[in-house]
Amino acid sequence: MRGELGLARMRPASVPGFLRNPWVRRALILAVLIAAWQAYVTAAQVKPLLFPSPAAVAEALARDLASFSIPRSTLTTLQFLVIGTVVGAALGLLLAAFSITSPVGHDLLAILTSIFNPLPGVAILPLAMIWFGLTPTAIIFVVAYATVWPIAISTDMGFRTVSPTLQMVARTLGLKGFRLVADVLLPAALPHLLSGLKVAWAFGWRTVVAAELVFGVAGAQGGLGWYINTARYFLETPRVFAGLVVISLLGIAVEYAFRLVEFRTIERWGMKKAG
Amino acid sequence: MKPVVAVDNVQITYVDPAGRRFVAVDGVSFEVQAGEKFVIIGPSGCGKTTLLRAIAGFVAPSRGTVLVDGEPVREPGPDRAVVFQDFDQLFPWRTVLDNVVYALAVTGRARGRAAVDRARSFLRLVGIEAAADKYPHQLSGGMKQRAAIARALAIEPKILLMDEPFGALDAITRTQLQHELNRIWRETGVTIILVTHSIQEAAYLGHRVLVMSTNPGRVQAIVRTDHVEDMDGEAFADATRRLRHLLGGEAQVRPVPAAEGGGKP
Repeated sequence: MRGELGLARMRPASVPGFLRNPWVRRALILAVLIAAWQAYVTAAQVKPLLFPSPAAVAEALARDLASFSIPRSTLTTLQFLVIGTVVGAALGLLLAAFSITSPVGHDLLAILTSIFNPLPGVAILPLAMIWFGLTPTAIIFVVAYATVWPIAISTDMGFRTVSPTLQMVARTLGLKGFRLVADVLLPAALPHLLSGLKVAWAFGWRTVVAAELVFGVAGAQGGLGWYINTARYFLETPRVFAGLVVISLLGIAVEYAFRLVEFRTIERWGMKKAG
Repeated sequence: MKPVVAVDNVQITYVDPAGRRFVAVDGVSFEVQAGEKFVIIGPSGCGKTTLLRAIAGFVAPSRGTVLVDGEPVREPGPDRAVVFQDFDQLFPWRTVLDNVVYALAVTGRARGRAAVDRARSFLRLVGIEAAADKYPHQLSGGMKQRAAIARALAIEPKILLMDEPFGALDAITRTQLQHELNRIWRETGVTIILVTHSIQEAAYLGHRVLVMSTNPGRVQAIVRTDHVEDMDGEAFADATRRLRHLLGGEAQVRPVPAAEGGGKP
C-alpha cells in the first residue's frame, strides 16, 4: 500500500499465495542473507575472532539474554533515552509554545536552532563530562540536548500551520491560553509533532549509544554501548554482534510503535501529511 | 423592538503586508431583528466577510460601533456561532458527535449524558444522525457543512453567522442545503446573518438583503425579500432581477480590480 514501487506490483498472478504477504517475503530474504553469512563463514574459514558465524552470535545472544546481562543493559539504555527524550520534549514544547505566543520567542527559537542544530549531541559529550562527571546525568543531558531541537522546530512549524478557520472556531468557543493549546493547537499540530518525535528518537538513540561507548559505566550499571565496548575489550566478538543485533531490533520495535501510534491517531483522523 | 445586532457607521481598515493601510468597509449601518434571516451580498472584495468577522469579534472596527444585544462586541464568543465556507472547520480528531459534545462542554452549555443527548438531537435536526460516529474526513462536503451547522446551533447562539457556508458545494448539494437551512430556521427561529455571493441564495433565504458596493465596501441598498417563498414563483424572479440589477450596475460602473479580488484577508 505505501512506498512500494509500481513495478513491484506487476507480479505475475501465478505467484504462490503465501508470497503475497510482504512480511513473509521479507522474512525469506532475511533468512537467505543469514544463510549466506553462515555459508561464507564456514566455507572461507574466517577467524571467529574477526567475524563470528550467525550461530555463534545467536548463542551469545541467548546466553546473555538468559543471564540478564543484555536485558539489564537494554533497560539502562532505554532509561537514559526515555528520561532524556522526555526532558528534551518538554523543553522543546515550551520553546515552541513561547515561539508561537511571542515574537521574541520566535526569534529566540530561530537563533537557538541555527546555533545548536548543526552541533551533534555526541560533540557536546566532553562538555557534559566536565559539567556532570561520569554520571547518568551527563548522558541524559546529551540525549535531552539531541532531542530538544527537532521537537521544538517541528512543533513550532505544527503550531504555525494550524488552519486559521480552526483557530477562529476555537476562539468562538471561547478557548484561550492553556485550553486552546491543549485542546486545539496540540492535536492540530500532531502530525508535525510526531514527525519531530521520530527525528528526535533517531538522534537520541544514536547519541545514547555513542555516549555509552565513550563513557563506559555511568553510575551503577552500563547500557548497551557499554556492553558492546566491554565485549570488544575482552575480544568476545560474538557478543559485540549480539549487542548490535539488540540495538537494531529495538530500533525496528520503536519504528513499529510509531507506525501504530500514527495509525491510531493521524491516519484514523485523515490528518496524515505526505512524506 | 430592540435589534439583536446594530451596526452603526462602521469603518474597517486593514494594513497589508507592505504596510499600506486600506479601507475594506466604510460607513456601513444596519440593524438585524431577532429571528430575522439577514443576507449580505456583494462582489468579491466588497468586505462582506470582513463585516461578518467584525460582528463575530475577529476584527475591530476602526470607526463606528457594532452592538450585539446592546453590548459592544469586544471578542469572539459562543453567543455568535460562526459557520465557515471551509471544510476544515470541524476538529478532525473528534467524531461528528464529539465535535458537538465538545462545543457544548467547553461553552458550559451541557455536560456528560445531557450533552450527548443534546448533540444527537441537533445532528437529527440537520439530518446526519447516522454519521454521528464518523470522523470528519469520512464525510462529504455537504455533510461536513451540516455537522458544522449542528455544532453552531447546539451551543444556542443569539445569532448564527454564516460565511458563504455553501460556497464550496456542488450545485445540487447547495440547493438541498438551502432548503434545509430554511427548514432549520423554521424549526429553531434562530437569527441568521448569512454572507453570500449567490443572488439566488440571497433572494431565496433572506428576509432582507444588504447589497454592498465595492472599493471600499459600502451599503448600496437593503432589499426586502421576505415575500419570496420558493424558487419557482414570480416573487423569486422579481427579487433576483432586482438584486442582479443592483449588483450588475455596480460592476459596469466600477469593475473590481483584480488585485483586490480575494476578499478574505
